[in-house]
Amino acid sequence: MHELSLAIEIVEIAQAEARRHGNGRIQAVHLRLGPLAGVVEEALQAAFPLAAQGTVAEGAELVIEKAPLVVYCPRCGAERQIGFEVWLACPVCGAPTPEVRQGRELEVTALELET
Amino acid sequence: MSPQPRVVQVRQNVLKQNDVVARALREEFRRSGVFVVSLVSSPGSGKTTVLESTLAALQPSRRVAALVGDLATENDALRLARTGAAVKQIVTGTVCHLDAMMVRRALEDWDVRALDYLFIENVGNLVCPAAYDLGEELRVVLVSVTEGEDKPLKYPPIFHGSDLVLITKIDLAEAVGFDRQALRKNLEVVAPGVPVLEVSAKTGAGMEDWLAVLHERAVAART
Repeated sequence: MHELSLAIEIVEIAQAEARRHGNGRIQAVHLRLGPLAGVVEEALQAAFPLAAQGTVAEGAELVIEKAPLVVYCPRCGAERQIGFEVWLACPVCGAPTPEVRQGRELEVTALELET
Repeated sequence: MSPQPRVVQVRQNVLKQNDVVARALREEFRRSGVFVVSLVSSPGSGKTTVLESTLAALQPSRRVAALVGDLATENDALRLARTGAAVKQIVTGTVCHLDAMMVRRALEDWDVRALDYLFIENVGNLVCPAAYDLGEELRVVLVSVTEGEDKPLKYPPIFHGSDLVLITKIDLAEAVGFDRQALRKNLEVVAPGVPVLEVSAKTGAGMEDWLAVLHERAVAART
């Protein structure tokens, strides 16, 4: 359950960003989350309102955009999109693909501020 | 109709603070010539027992120390201290993982330049520690033969993020019907090519190979 610590970080990032834009109430926080980030989405959704309590993000929605796993296939010599399951083999030729190009994302991408 | 909200683009890594501290620690470790190894596993996989044997085997020819993360007790630290190594406990309270800031704080009054190896035993947990870089050079995930061969499929990030897998309690393999091929196959799915060693800290089986790998990696890191 490190999701509460993460939720607190997310709220802090959102607060700092909101301050730079007039300190209005935050209606939504957008987060991009890869399957290798090690985050349980449900736990993060449960923790977020607790972390947001008493801040300008109170009542805000946490919108999670799932980022797919993208690997490099050494046999095909190309990037391949795996999807949202961690299964590190090329979907085209079946070769093992230890090199992950995308899928570790855990980043705040945008805020929706009240106007 | 309520007015449209204003959308502000951000793009900030949530773990940025941890990653910045971890990078600084890694640089400091390299400059100091200390090789830092972290151990992660679920509770009861044998982290402390493996570490106990490792610390004992490395001494006195190597200068070793350990940081031990634990939710509440100091039992693990006391066990490790009996090997004669410098040991410090990081009591995490309700926090289920170590982060780079905790490691930095724990090392404040230690001179890491006086060490050859520093081991960091994480809190027993296969989920949360995966997200936090501690500045270590080698991250080792332990899985015991009693745990079930599908662990890698249940916890992909921690296995994917590790540099080495230690299969522990190998002396019990036969008794529990451990399926070596199944575990290795599952590891290949989430961490293709990851090196795997089998050890028993109790009988000493495989410990020589483990120590050889540590030595090899430490030498490679220092050059």
